Amino acid sequence: MIQFDAVHKRFPNGTTAVHDLSLEIPEGGVTVLVGSSGCGKTTTLRMVNRMVEPSSGTILVGGKDVQRQDAADLRRSIGYVIQQAGLFPHRTVLDNIATVPLLLGWGRRKARARAAELLETVGLAADAGRRYPHQLSGGQQQRVGVARALAADPPVLLMDEPFGAVDPVVRTQLQDELLRLQKELNKTIVFVTHDIDEAVRLGDRIAIFRTGGHLVQCAPPAEILARPADDFVADFLGAERGLKLLSLKTLAAVPQGPAPQGGTWTLVLDEARRPLHWATEDVRLPVRALKDTDSLLSALNESVASPTGLVVRVDADGRLTGVSSRDDIHEHASRAHAEVGVAA
Amino acid sequence: MTIDWSWIGDHTDDLTTLTVSHLQAALGAVFLGLLISLPLAVVAHRIRPLRGFLLGLSNVLFTIPSIAIFVLLLPVSGLTRTTTVIGLTVYTLVVLLRNTVEGLDSVPVKTKEAAKAMGSRPLRTLLTVEFPLALPVIMAGVRIATVMSISLVSVATYIGDGGLGQLFTDGFQRNFPTPVIAGVVLTILLAVVADALLVAVQYALTPWLRRRA
Repeated sequence: MIQFDAVHKRFPNGTTAVHDLSLEIPEGGVTVLVGSSGCGKTTTLRMVNRMVEPSSGTILVGGKDVQRQDAADLRRSIGYVIQQAGLFPHRTVLDNIATVPLLLGWGRRKARARAAELLETVGLAADAGRRYPHQLSGGQQQRVGVARALAADPPVLLMDEPFGAVDPVVRTQLQDELLRLQKELNKTIVFVTHDIDEAVRLGDRIAIFRTGGHLVQCAPPAEILARPADDFVADFLGAERGLKLLSLKTLAAVPQGPAPQGGTWTLVLDEARRPLHWATEDVRLPVRALKDTDSLLSALNESVASPTGLVVRVDADGRLTGVSSRDDIHEHASRAHAEVGVAA
Repeated sequence: MTIDWSWIGDHTDDLTTLTVSHLQAALGAVFLGLLISLPLAVVAHRIRPLRGFLLGLSNVLFTIPSIAIFVLLLPVSGLTRTTTVIGLTVYTLVVLLRNTVEGLDSVPVKTKEAAKAMGSRPLRTLLTVEFPLALPVIMAGVRIATVMSISLVSVATYIGDGGLGQLFTDGFQRNFPTPVIAGVVLTILLAVVADALLVAVQYALTPWLRRRA
């Protein structure tokens, strides 16, 4: 879908931002460009819609050389979500979203109808459309930014550290929303971040860049976590690399047995068989029950935090299905690493 | 100093004519000033080396004494309204040009980048993003230029124009204060009303700046 072929970018001041980059970004799925600042990830992104022109090499989008297209037309055909939203302060939310359709000459009525539809898609109330950007919270502005990028239904979406300026709670919400949207829309998304956790969470593939504009490794997150290409990548992934891999695996395959009866700790349930707490004769401890879709990482965490070392499992409605032992969880955690290692 | 109200009663038609003529000269100058300043400001904003030159030039023009300007224009346009308007226009340039350049400078780079990234071409970005966002600063300049022009029109009495300014020479020559007072009051009234109208125009044009939440 997007192909970089021997792309080089040197800025007039002599710094090399991107060094001999050849990279193929397949159609559909999220490719995350990650690295510390000054590694060329943003420059790489901005060369796709010609906000930055490469010094040499070619970039193809959908098989067509971007250099041979009119820059404004090209940009209208590619969605772009900017750092801190970059909304137009003098236009209402609805008109912000309608920007590209209006540039494409859809006409005001049709463009606004499309914008209203997108408000809902990104989870904003209809009356937000009449407001101005400064009347929205940072997270809401970011949603408008995503809606604006999606307005003309482009096949490719470029996202430049879109969630960098919001607090961690909102950030997680926006990430979840993006994953939900992507499931629905299946765009080709190129996402830039300096946050490796965000990359692992969102990426179908992660491309890790090193200072000086070198692409070091590009692979699915599990593979990168299990088999970092070199010490630089391993360092970048951080000390919790082993645990991060577990965040990608679910608990579904871990066996479960019946809840223990008559020990020191009893699992107390309500009438609907939903776990309430662990209890002894005089102590109560909260229980955090996990579903099959929860990660192995949260299971490992629970197995350590639970007074019995048992992880309480529930179905989608929150009813008890059984418990898993610390040993079973550890075994599956180790197996997760071994499996990816072999596959790679 | 007493006001001869009967003189005022006898001269309402003259006063109305002079007021209208006064306003036309002032507004004509501001309009012409904008026509010149807007494109020049775009040039000064985009081409850095020209910026200092253009702003400096408007400053130099501003320092020419107003009577001198009218005298210098006489061989070109004679004792006409044109001379009045051109003379006044020269003075509006210094505020209009400077404020328009500063207005354009104040538009966040991020916003201009966003417009470009959405596929907006430079002229469209200028008209639909840069000018609207620069509007509050430009309007501040328009307000100053308007009030300044309204007060300056009187100087053109020296070349036989001057709107309400004619009342000053008339009263002075006859040692009769009523026309002078009437002229001063009407000039101030014009300035205050024009300024209030411009504030209303700006309010109407910048809905996004209302009710800061």
